[in-house]
Amino acid sequence: MLAVVPAYNEAATVGRVVAGLRRSVPGFDVLVVDDGSTDATGTVAERAGAQVLRLPFNLGIGGAVQAGFAYARENGYDYMVQVDGDGQHKPEEIPKLIAAMTDDPALDMVCGSRFLSAERGYPAPISRRTGIHIFAFLLSRIIRQRVSDPTSGFRLYNRRAIGLFARDYPHDYPEVEAVLMVHYHRLRMSEVPVEMLLRGGGVSSIRSGKSVYYMIKVLLAIFVGLARARPVPEPGDRAPVAASQGI
Amino acid sequence: MELRIQLLSILASGFLLIVVLELVRRRAFLERYAILWLFSALVLLALSVWRDGLEDIASLVGIAYPPNALFLIAFGFVLILLLHFSLAVSKLSDQTKVLAQKVALLEHRQAATERRARSRAGRESERELEPIGRER
Repeated sequence: MLAVVPAYNEAATVGRVVAGLRRSVPGFDVLVVDDGSTDATGTVAERAGAQVLRLPFNLGIGGAVQAGFAYARENGYDYMVQVDGDGQHKPEEIPKLIAAMTDDPALDMVCGSRFLSAERGYPAPISRRTGIHIFAFLLSRIIRQRVSDPTSGFRLYNRRAIGLFARDYPHDYPEVEAVLMVHYHRLRMSEVPVEMLLRGGGVSSIRSGKSVYYMIKVLLAIFVGLARARPVPEPGDRAPVAASQGI
Repeated sequence: MELRIQLLSILASGFLLIVVLELVRRRAFLERYAILWLFSALVLLALSVWRDGLEDIASLVGIAYPPNALFLIAFGFVLILLLHFSLAVSKLSDQTKVLAQKVALLEHRQAATERRARSRAGRESERELEPIGRER
């Protein structure tokens, strides 16, 4: 079992995240994917006892997480949990994800959702919550299954999901599209309520000024996804990224 | 079509053709880009020189002023080239992403191998040193 922590300039928090993972889920190997950080993220993670995958330059969250999937597949892990490097996901909640997957072995992906627990709302600004709810509404209609928190990056994957995403994972804001991919590849997913904290430090990959752009892009991705323009190649298919052969 | 604009378009497309040919000669292009550029430059030059042809094309599609047809065609080429470059750039960035991930994975594996080799070497040298230690 592998815990993957994508981190871009999260030196302030990544050490705590790694320590928390080792304490809460000692059975998991911890892999920090240092996405071309310019600060000490990689060193801090190593000192905290994690394996560190250093990307030679910044690929963005999608590319970093996909490197984690590739590592999980290469090393034959059966389960992989994804935890943000900024400390907003609580490692103590991972057993909840695992429990959901062991309860229903047909599940390929289990997502931690901020909006399912009744006790306490997620203390995020209203603009971000509205955006998330719009995606949630659309996705729930498309995949005909309730999705309450499609932007959550707190997820547990089994071997099939790892294999799928190691081959193809969306680029820039991948979580929403990943839900669609799971649906189109006939994998099954579910959500469990978890608590999340607000970011512990660093800068979110979604800055407020970019949130409109983010909305538009993800909406576009959803509708393009509807037309199924992102096929994952099966053995024997044409390569998706091949050297071009003339104009 | 007035002579001045014809001269100007011949000069401009001739210049483009020369630049493209020179770049091809220096092998600055991959062939697949060279072909597209050469084709564009040749068509533009041909239509600048061959006045009747351009006028026929213009009246065929209802353009009153023939040089505008030339601009339209040039614009079409530019659009195709741009689209082509967007495709090429997307493909390249995807390939770069895969390469970056592979590099990181390989680096990680190599570091682990080196660590193992070093600790094995360390154990072996300890074994060699042991008897000496006892002698003392």
